[in-house]
Amino acid sequence: MARTITMLQAINEALDQEMARDSSVIVMGEDVVGGSGAEGEMDAWGGPLGVTKGLYAKYGDRLLDTPITESAFIGAAVGAAASGLRPVAELMFSDFVGVCFDQIYNQAAKFRYMFGGRAETPVVVRTMYGAGLRAAAQHSQSPYSIFTHVPGLKCVMPVTPYDAKGLLIQAIRDNDPVIFFEHKGLYETEGEVPEQSYSIPFGEANVVREGNDVSIISLGLMVHRSLEAAETLAGEGIQCEVVDLRTTSPLDEDTVLESAENTGRVVVVDEAPPRCSIATDISALVAQHAFDALEAPITLVTAPHTPVPFAGVLEDQYMPDAARIAAAVRRVAGYAQ
Amino acid sequence: MALTKDDLLKAYRLMRTIREFEERVHVEFAAGEIEGFVHLYAGEEACAVGVMLHLTKADRIASTHRGHGHCIAKGVDVPAMMAEIYGRATGSCRGKGGSMHIADLDAGMMGANGIVGGGPPLICGAALAAKVQGTRDVGVAFIGDGASNQGTTFESMNLATVWNLPAIFVAENNGYAEATAADYAIGAGSLADRAEGFGMPAATVDGHDFFAVHEAAGEAIRRARSGDGPSFIECQVNRYYGHYEGDAQTYRPPGEAEAARANHDCLDKFAGRVTASAGIEREELDDIDRAVAALIDGAVSSAKADPAPAAAEYLTDVYVDY
Ligand SMILES: Cc1ncc(C[n+]2csc(CCOP(=O)(O)OP(=O)(O)O)c2C)c(N)n1
Ligand SMILES: [Mg+2]
Repeated sequence: MARTITMLQAINEALDQEMARDSSVIVMGEDVVGGSGAEGEMDAWGGPLGVTKGLYAKYGDRLLDTPITESAFIGAAVGAAASGLRPVAELMFSDFVGVCFDQIYNQAAKFRYMFGGRAETPVVVRTMYGAGLRAAAQHSQSPYSIFTHVPGLKCVMPVTPYDAKGLLIQAIRDNDPVIFFEHKGLYETEGEVPEQSYSIPFGEANVVREGNDVSIISLGLMVHRSLEAAETLAGEGIQCEVVDLRTTSPLDEDTVLESAENTGRVVVVDEAPPRCSIATDISALVAQHAFDALEAPITLVTAPHTPVPFAGVLEDQYMPDAARIAAAVRRVAGYAQ
Repeated sequence: MALTKDDLLKAYRLMRTIREFEERVHVEFAAGEIEGFVHLYAGEEACAVGVMLHLTKADRIASTHRGHGHCIAKGVDVPAMMAEIYGRATGSCRGKGGSMHIADLDAGMMGANGIVGGGPPLICGAALAAKVQGTRDVGVAFIGDGASNQGTTFESMNLATVWNLPAIFVAENNGYAEATAADYAIGAGSLADRAEGFGMPAATVDGHDFFAVHEAAGEAIRRARSGDGPSFIECQVNRYYGHYEGDAQTYRPPGEAEAARANHDCLDKFAGRVTASAGIEREELDDIDRAVAALIDGAVSSAKADPAPAAAEYLTDVYVDY
C-alpha cells in the first residue's frame, strides 16, 4: 500500500528494508548513529539530518559511527564491498569527496576492469549535494559530473520519494559502485511511496511531463524547478516535455534523444557550473545524434562558473530558478532559423 | 614570556570579546536573523587567546568551522566578522564566505574552514614559506579532537617533522566531534602520545586555563622561531553550545555544559586569578566588559543596517585574472 512520506523517510525505509533482507548490508559514516562513546542518548543524530535514525535500534552494530576519516572509512567500505559485504557509506556532504576521492575513483571504480572482470565492488556512497541552504562554497556543490566522468562508477540522483526508495534499493543490490546523490533541498519533499520493497532500474530516465514544443532535460532539484517553469509556460501556450535523467551513469540516451527528436528544441537545466558538466554532456549527445531534428540551438541553464556564494542575494542568483528556465525556453521556442 | 598588566588586560578583553560575540550570535541566530551553518566557540576562549597572545600579525593561523574565536584573537576586525555572518557587502569576505569561511590574510588568518582537517596542510605551507623566506614567523593549525583523526592532520604532522617546520598544532579537545565522543573516535591513549609518535614534543593542558595554554604555547612557539621544529598542544576544554546552532545535543548528559560554565569557565578563572594576584581591580575588568558589550552591540546593529552585496558580485573574484 502506498502512503505519502518524505524523501528522507523513503531513504530510511529503503535502508531498513535492505538491512532486514540482507545481513551483508551495513551502514557507516560520521554520526550515522550519533552519540557513540558519549554519556547521553545513543542514536542521537541518525546522520546530520536524521536519515538513518531508528536503524540502530534494529540493527545495532551493523551501523558504524566513524571517526572523521573519510579516506579510511570510504576506503574501508570499498574494501569490504570487494570482500563480500554490501556497505552503504555516508559521505556527509559530497563536497568532502576531496579528502577521499582516491578510494572512489582509483580503487572502487577500477577494480573490475583492472582485475580483468574478476572483482565486484557493491558499495554505495550516499552523499548530500546542492545549494540553496546558505551553506557556502564547501557545503553546497553539485559535483555529480566529476563522478559521472569516471568509468566504473554509477551515479544516481533521485527527485521524488518514490524514486529515492526504488533507486536506493537498486543501488544496494547493484554489484557496481554507486554514488547516490541526495539534494539537501529535497529531503522534505512528499510523495506516494509503496510500503513494500521495489527497485527502479538504472539508466531509465523519467518523462515527468509530456509536451511537444520544447524538451527540458534536467536532474535533481532542477527537475522541480523545470516543472514549475513548464507549468507557467503551458499558460502561455508553450508545451514542455520535462525529462528527469534519474541516473547520469548509466545515461538513458534513448529517452533524451527521443524527446529531442520529438520537439526539436532542447533546454538542459543543471544546478552545477557549466564546464565539463552534465549539461554539456547532454548537449553533446543531442548535437551528435539528433542534429537533423534540431530547430533551435541547444540552450543550457546552469550555475555560473563560480563557487557557491554565501549571501542570500548571491546564492539565489547562482541557482537556476523557474524564471530563468522559462526565459530560456521562451527564447528556444521562439527561435526561427 | 612574562605577562605584563597590559598583556593580561588584553587577554581578558579578547576572551570577553569572543564570549560576547558568540553569545550574541547565538541569540541572533535563534531569532532567525542569521542564515547558514554556525558553530560557536563559547567556552573555548582561553585556547585561542592563550596561543594568539604570542603571535605577531605576520604569523599565520589556520582555523576550523568553529572559527570566530580564532579570528577575533588573531585580530580580524570584529564588525567586519559580524557583517560577514550576516552576509553583508561590508563583511570580511564581502558576504561570499559566511561564518564558516571568515578569513583575513592580512591579519595572518588563513580562514575558518568547512573541511575538517583542511587547515593543517595549509599551515605546513605557511611555515614552509616562513622558513624559506627566513622570517622567523610561525604557523599555527587549530584542530578539533575530531580533526585530529583526519588523514590530512597525520600527514601534516609527519611533514612538519620531516621538513623541520616552524609549525604548531593546537588540538582543542572539547570532547565531541558533532555527536561522537572523542574517546570513541581517538584510537590511542592520548593525542599527545600520538603527536610524539610523529617526532614532536607534545603537551596536554587545561584549555579553560589561559595561563596553562599561554605557557605551553610560549614554549612551542619559541622552539618554532628558533628553528627547532614543530610541536603539538592538546587543550582539554568544553563547548557551551551545540555542535551547530540548532543541535539538540541529546548525546550529552544533561547539565554537562551548565556544569562546565559553573565550574570551569575560562573568564571566571582568569578574573579570579588576576584580581587576586596580579594587581588588577575588578573595576578594570568591568570597564572592559562594558566596552566589549558596546563593541558587539555596534557590530550587530551595523551588520543589520549594512547593505547586501551588489547582485553582480556573484560573478566576481573567481580568478585574479581570466
Ligand atoms: C572532511 C569533513 N568531514 C566531515 C565534516 C562535517 N563536520 C563538520 S564539523 C565536524 C566535527 C568536528 O569535530 P572537531 O574536530 O572535534 O571540532 P569541534 O566541532 O568539536 O570544534 C564534522 C564531522 C566536514 N566539515 N569536513
Ligand atoms: Mg571537538
